[in-house]
Amino acid sequence: MMSKIKNEKDFWAGLMFMAFGLAFILVARNYAMGSNVRMGPAYFPTALGGLQFVLGLVIFVRSFLSHVENGAIKKLHLRPLFVILFSVILFGVLLKPAGLVIAISVLIMVSAFGGNDFRFKEIVFVTIGLVVGSVAVFYHGLGLPFNLWPEFLGY
Amino acid sequence: MGDLFSNLALGFGVALSINNLLYCLGGVILGTLIGVLPGIGPVATIAMLLPVTFNLPPVSALIMLAGIYYGAQYGGSTTAILVNLPGESSSAVTTIDGYQMAKQGRAGAALGIAAIGSFIAGTFATLVIAIAAPPLAEVALKFGPAEYFSLMVLGLVAATVLAHGSLLKAIAMVLLGLLLGLIGTDVNSGVARFSFGIPELSDGIGFVIVAMGMFGFAEIITNLEQGDEQRELLTKKVTGLLPTMQDFKDCSGAIMRGTLIGSCLGILPGGGALLASFSAYALEKKLSWNSAQFGKGAIQGVAAPESANNAGAQTSFIPLLTLGIPSNPVMALMIGAMMIQGIAPGPQVMTERPQLFWGMIASMWVGNLMLVVLNLPMIGLWIKLLTVPYRMLYPAILLFCCIGVYSINNSAFDVYMTVLFGVLGYFCVKLECEPAPLILGFILGPMMEENLRRAMLLSRGDPTTFVTKPISAVLLGVALLLLFVVLSPALRKKREEAFVED
Repeated sequence: MMSKIKNEKDFWAGLMFMAFGLAFILVARNYAMGSNVRMGPAYFPTALGGLQFVLGLVIFVRSFLSHVENGAIKKLHLRPLFVILFSVILFGVLLKPAGLVIAISVLIMVSAFGGNDFRFKEIVFVTIGLVVGSVAVFYHGLGLPFNLWPEFLGY
Repeated sequence: MGDLFSNLALGFGVALSINNLLYCLGGVILGTLIGVLPGIGPVATIAMLLPVTFNLPPVSALIMLAGIYYGAQYGGSTTAILVNLPGESSSAVTTIDGYQMAKQGRAGAALGIAAIGSFIAGTFATLVIAIAAPPLAEVALKFGPAEYFSLMVLGLVAATVLAHGSLLKAIAMVLLGLLLGLIGTDVNSGVARFSFGIPELSDGIGFVIVAMGMFGFAEIITNLEQGDEQRELLTKKVTGLLPTMQDFKDCSGAIMRGTLIGSCLGILPGGGALLASFSAYALEKKLSWNSAQFGKGAIQGVAAPESANNAGAQTSFIPLLTLGIPSNPVMALMIGAMMIQGIAPGPQVMTERPQLFWGMIASMWVGNLMLVVLNLPMIGLWIKLLTVPYRMLYPAILLFCCIGVYSINNSAFDVYMTVLFGVLGYFCVKLECEPAPLILGFILGPMMEENLRRAMLLSRGDPTTFVTKPISAVLLGVALLLLFVVLSPALRKKREEAFVED
């Protein structure tokens, strides 16, 4: 049985760095290594990936050895993470086919669920304000190339 | 000396044109506006506002971005003084005495001295840049690839040393940044590396995407997690913005010392405003005749760090303008902005585009002047802004981030990539891995590889070239020394203490 993890954060950070290092080395094997004089595309990433892996390993091993006061990971709140990122993905999906107005409205309405204090009326006002403001600034003011309305409406 | 004046005259000619004055003003106002909001730092602010500058000519774009930067700095101090929350990390120490002053009804004097101190510091730092940049750039022109490589190593080491938290994790984050920076087509062989056949990835990942994901999105998510923050706005009305003559007398020493420390620390790689304000506060607490009052509303405790962070914010442009190397994440963003505008950052900018170079330097002074003047009439607006609850602010911030990312390439793919970096940023926060070193590594990755390759080609594959060339050897030696110093147990403790306030 392994000895107890004394620093949870370092344990996972170490694993993460090891994984990244390894992944870069493995993918770089598809490219030419070259020589010291003429380095190929695989040379630098392999060297860095190796260093990354070793550092990750050191961090990983140390997490069993040195005790720290707040080594435990604070509780993960997945709701804000998922809601916020989901609303952004929706924005990306909608912007082109549905236009700026709809994409913004969806982004704001959905992201508002990420907090723990959702107030419907308020968020409607915020949405209207931001839609009007963004259309004025980004579309008319800066002339960024967005569709305002869904494509099928023919705008 | 004559050169200096003709250069500055050229610069002011550019900076004082009506258009550029307006862009500078716009940048300063926008920067302050966003900087005032607690929970968004200058990096996210600049990343967010970057698209606003896309369609501008290069000089105007950079002038505006620089304005956004020190506007954001200044907005941060306003928040620090009025609600005891640093709008961004470099004004964290300002909260200590600034908030106490506000409690005693002297918020106006605190805001006023912060603005005036910043202006004096900014004036001095502008002169430092104008005087120091040309000779430095001349030295930099003599740098070969080996020297550049070693310089970047030094810069990255310094950045990890000055990051807080675990040194090992900071170095690992730099490495991760370097690796991520390599994604995309290799310039030498034309091979699309780590792109997994996705065409968008063969151009590499845009730095705005990384910055926005790791700073913007991750910050919003962690802010939401912490629930409703305690925001206590002390004064609805701030009166007496002009400090008294007595205040000026009390602060003149603090402002001068803060300016000097800030100007020196700003030049250091990895330094910049944050380190400057911490050190200035610590020094002032030791030196000031009024040290007993520190922590209880000493006006020097506001004047010194505020002068220092503004001076540091400005002199951190020196490595960028002369060497083309960013010393902190904000400067990394500026490099990115220059590249978008088609300017290769480096010592040649000064000689090839003197109007851009000197125009930008002159505009820094103009921008600082605007901040002082704006502070008086606009303060009421900033206070109003501070009363808007976060639940209404973050959807707006999110929206600006999304539009910003999308409009770089008009691509939804970039938006999805930003989401990925948001996830990475969130877990990095949870695992106490600082994102700033990653951003620096990310921007330096391709440059480092390029210079390493050239150096090795020139030396016919002999790696000792890095230690036999004197400048390169000194740079690497300093980097090594820094690492040893930080790893020594005595200093480690000091370093931890220094960042405790943060």
